[in-house]
Amino acid sequence: MKEWQAKLKEFINWWREAFSSSGGLKVIFLKELADNLSSTRMGILFSLVAVACLSALYVAAQSIRQSVGQEETSFVFLRLFTTSGGSLPPFISFLSFLGPLLGLALGFDAINGEYNKRTLSRLLAQPIYRDDVINGKFLAGIAVLAIMIATLGLLVAGLGLVFIGVPPRGEEIGRMLAYLIVSIIYVAFWLSISLLFSLLFRQAATSALAGIAVWLFFAIFAPMLAGIIADGLFPVTDESPPELVLRNAVWKQNLSRLSPTTLYDEATLYLLNPGIRTLGPVLIQQVIGAIPGFLPLSQSLLLIWPHLVGLIAGTLIIFALAYYYFMRQEIRTS
Amino acid sequence: MGNRSPIIVTENLTKHYGPVVAVQDLNLEIYEGEVFGLLGPNGAGKTTTILMLLGLTEPTSGRALVAGLDPTRNALAVKRLVGYLPDNVGFYDDLTAKENLLYTGRLNQIPEAELEQRIKTALEQVGLADHGDRKVREFSRGMRQRLGIADLIVKDPRIFILDEPTLGIDPEGVRELLNLIVRLSREKGKTILISSHLLHQIQQICDRVGIFVAGRLLAVGPLETLGRQVMAGKPLEIELQVEPFNHDLLEVFRSLEGVDRVESQGPYIRLRCAKGKDIRPQLTGLLAERKVSILHLRARGHDLDDIYLEYFQGEGRI
Repeated sequence: MKEWQAKLKEFINWWREAFSSSGGLKVIFLKELADNLSSTRMGILFSLVAVACLSALYVAAQSIRQSVGQEETSFVFLRLFTTSGGSLPPFISFLSFLGPLLGLALGFDAINGEYNKRTLSRLLAQPIYRDDVINGKFLAGIAVLAIMIATLGLLVAGLGLVFIGVPPRGEEIGRMLAYLIVSIIYVAFWLSISLLFSLLFRQAATSALAGIAVWLFFAIFAPMLAGIIADGLFPVTDESPPELVLRNAVWKQNLSRLSPTTLYDEATLYLLNPGIRTLGPVLIQQVIGAIPGFLPLSQSLLLIWPHLVGLIAGTLIIFALAYYYFMRQEIRTS
Repeated sequence: MGNRSPIIVTENLTKHYGPVVAVQDLNLEIYEGEVFGLLGPNGAGKTTTILMLLGLTEPTSGRALVAGLDPTRNALAVKRLVGYLPDNVGFYDDLTAKENLLYTGRLNQIPEAELEQRIKTALEQVGLADHGDRKVREFSRGMRQRLGIADLIVKDPRIFILDEPTLGIDPEGVRELLNLIVRLSREKGKTILISSHLLHQIQQICDRVGIFVAGRLLAVGPLETLGRQVMAGKPLEIELQVEPFNHDLLEVFRSLEGVDRVESQGPYIRLRCAKGKDIRPQLTGLLAERKVSILHLRARGHDLDDIYLEYFQGEGRI
């Protein structure tokens, strides 16, 4: 009895020594959180995104109200997010376009900022593990992004309720929450990119520009590039055989799916439009006999599973790279 | 140092950055409670040595022991014992002085209740008590440096490592800072390692100094013995300024027995004595006879500046 107790105690002590945190992670997390939430930068960006998204909501609600009775009324609550009205794009387009900016803004000077302020060596001389610094910054960034996106989403839901007066059903709430979670993952991807750039570039401005360049590339040029490559590989004319046309379309889609922006756009489209069954090319034979209707949430989730895994894997790979660089970086200041 | 045991030991500590040698075979012992000055020009490897002592950089070969612990293996334990003031210390500009200290205090797991008190005393000790709630952005260079010391006082480590603490501060600020460091050592028995290239400032407060050039430790010891080491086997050089000065005087000096060389340089006359000779006693009488008064007389090689210069010029010969 005594012996195993002693052994257990020994084991617990060893466990504590080996796996206990230095306590630094929590302190750094809380400090970064406070910094981010109180920074002017965040205030400006959040206002920008909020104004864009709320005006999109207002226009969407207007057009839904006008079309009451003429259109299908099921899932009307989700249409708040996807309806565009007049010259304004819908809420999801705004978030898809501006979300990366939020992620980039939070991280582009995370490490090189500490370096330039000459606080990094003082910070690392404290009794904390080195990875506490980068983990704390990443987690605090994600927490801030999650707070912002959840706030926006719930704000839109609440205001939408007031505007259109139709309460959401359980499935609609589920879809909306899933949409918000996917958005958080997507923005976290951009946070990890900017964290990596903040390690690779000593100047905050360079790192911010690099982040914006990658963002524009994925948002605007990647789909075009995918089209050019697919057309180059499988040139399609009016007389081309159907296999070639199909192959061209599939290649185009798969190439553009290399871009996280495409992955995210497709995933959110599936989530918020239960009527959509596929985004790829469909042959008439495949549609024959299909009963038009809405997919349940679980089936929509199944459809976007690869997209989700791709986004999470991308985020983790980029963060792992940043982690690796940070752990190996020399911290000399002169 | 007597029976005190070394608290920092390095054994053939070596660091190469690619082909560049930053530190080569450093063997150093620093004793508990002493003020040790690591002196050397910029780029001599002082900061690299300090980073290795803290476990922030891994040595290429050899090892360091801080209170018996290897910093590369027990980084956390070592960092609990050592407080480090980096050269040109930085703070978070958007936070107040107190908030900055709170952050390091929390990182060191100091209980909140005690932390408040410690910060108050630390700020008082460095003379920033009235500025605790100001943003660090508004602080001058000297105030930042003092806040850096307060940061260490809050942490209250056994060993203080200060990298170029006096750089860029006005003379009055330097005097205050050095007084503060001396008090830490004398009153609290802390071990203090100061790296600097500013000799005059450091010389007054160090128990022992090590001279560090191009990655190698050239000499270690209390100042007086360093002086003797340098003087041993080297002829004495006298720097002299007299009034009224005429060139005939140079001839008189040349004719003196035991004088090897005489040259005039600006307002000064330089006499080099033959080995083992010291003509200073004769000099005064000689000049008094001719009604020439001495404005300035200095035997070179007796203060740290000369020692330092000597080692710099003698680099490779020693």
